[in-house]
Amino acid sequence: MSLRTKKKLAKVKSFNNIRIAKEKTVGGVMFVLTAASLLLVAVMGVGLYLKSAPILEEHSLWELLSASEWRPFKNSFGFFPFIMGTVWVTAIALLLALPLSLLTAVFLTEYARSWVKRWVYPALDILAALPSVIYGVWGTLLIVPWISERLAPHFVEFSSGYTVLAGGIVLSVMVLPLLVSLFVELFSTVPHELRDSSKALGATRWQTTKKVVLRKSVPGIFAAVVLAVSRALGETIAVLMVCGNLPEVPRSLLDACYPIPALIANNYGEMLSLPLYEAALMFAALILFVVVLVFNLASRMILYRLKKTAY
Amino acid sequence: MKLKYIEEAIIKVLMAVSLITVFGFVAAIVWTIFRRGAGCITWEMVSSLPGGGFYIGKEGGFLNAIVGSVYIVTASTLLGLIVSIPVVFYLNVFLRSNSRFAYVARLAYDVLFGIPSIVYGAFAFTLMIYMGMRTSLLGGILVTTLLIIPILIRSMDEVTRNFPHDLLDASYSLGATRLETMGIVLRQIAPGIATATLLSVGRAIGDAAGVMFTAGFSDSIPTTLTQPAATLPLSIFFQLSAPQTEVQNRAYAAALVLTIIVLVISLAGRFIMQHFSKNRI
Repeated sequence: MSLRTKKKLAKVKSFNNIRIAKEKTVGGVMFVLTAASLLLVAVMGVGLYLKSAPILEEHSLWELLSASEWRPFKNSFGFFPFIMGTVWVTAIALLLALPLSLLTAVFLTEYARSWVKRWVYPALDILAALPSVIYGVWGTLLIVPWISERLAPHFVEFSSGYTVLAGGIVLSVMVLPLLVSLFVELFSTVPHELRDSSKALGATRWQTTKKVVLRKSVPGIFAAVVLAVSRALGETIAVLMVCGNLPEVPRSLLDACYPIPALIANNYGEMLSLPLYEAALMFAALILFVVVLVFNLASRMILYRLKKTAY
Repeated sequence: MKLKYIEEAIIKVLMAVSLITVFGFVAAIVWTIFRRGAGCITWEMVSSLPGGGFYIGKEGGFLNAIVGSVYIVTASTLLGLIVSIPVVFYLNVFLRSNSRFAYVARLAYDVLFGIPSIVYGAFAFTLMIYMGMRTSLLGGILVTTLLIIPILIRSMDEVTRNFPHDLLDASYSLGATRLETMGIVLRQIAPGIATATLLSVGRAIGDAAGVMFTAGFSDSIPTTLTQPAATLPLSIFFQLSAPQTEVQNRAYAAALVLTIIVLVISLAGRFIMQHFSKNRI
């Protein structure tokens, strides 16, 4: 080999080394960025726990969750009214949204022609895109007066309209697009051969849907519902605007309630004067975080498994 | 008539009812916001800053909130893209499709997507206090970035997963490294990136709970990163809780502005999806 070719070879080699080194460094950076997401989940959990530790030292966990008196300045922190408020609002939202979204999703995957779909999907897009403050404004303008003027007089003497029911209705519209899109994705993973064989046996479309599509997607439907619940749990501004925010356990649909996110949002600015108050609010955030984390992990794992077996 | 046909008919009616309900909700929301907002909105409201006595009904507008929202959304979307594009690329090109790490990372992003923005806000606020920061534009930008990164990554990942592997192999066989293949991947998923960006802009501009404690609120347009900034959703929320009708009317006007922005973004996203993903291989 002549000297010149040797030199050229060395040049190419060093050039390649640079390329490989570049690839390795960038790969490393990308790895760090990706791993940071895992870390963020952990850091949030630990951070919230550390911040709420003072109140957990003074009161037992059970006491905090089951006591119903909320007087931060007298050192009594009962989260029961807030938990019940959240549970009520979420339950109503789901009760309303589930049949609607199931029927819509079945229609979209099993029945609809493509020109109908072209109209339905943008409508769902709009529902999904509207910010929660807009839902809040809509709730105060339309739902709250409707409840206090039309609905409530049939049942009770007076209701301001800022009630569990108002929160439930507004939330149900908010989780509707999420549920529909999850269901549509779910139903379209059911193989077409199954539908065809059901229809070949003389089943009607709805019989096929009921006995094949829905039955096959039961675990997925469950997971989607859990996911929607965790979305509804965290909604803040909309429920803050329509629920009335009274720290009492609601006894009926027409009572005011005070969900956990609203509690945090309403009191965060003023809590700095009282260290235990801050810890209490961080504890509220920790409750939300843990519930949402568990719900999300469980339902996502179910959904992943379903997707994998579908192909 | 057989029972199964009756059942079929009933179900069809129920589906029609639920479909009408969905459209009814959309129409009710948009109509309510437009009807209430259109009567109140004036040019002064969207073009001027709050004057003295703004919150008791004196003159002024909510330009501070519009500009604040634009600042936060633009900056956080850019930051979010800088972080999320490499992550998507790493998940899909650097890792094998059956990688355990990719599975866990995707799970983590889904979980982060599910965490309510109020929890992000509360967490970031304590972090800011710990570091001695006050409510500021920077804090709002960072929280919003954290909020939209999972959305960006998940929606870009959906598109990239369908990326044809033959293209990657063709690039490798020419001697390109995985990093150098990035250009090809980026060109292919460009419509996906655009939709994801619009999706996250929509989410970022509408988020109120996250920026409540981190960006704060102010009546002027921030000139540095350390000043607090107003945002549109919060401006609506605060004005609506005032007792005076004049202030509430401005909230409705602001709600109209926000709704129009979000509607345009959402429809543009679908348009891009439909018209630019045709030339995919």
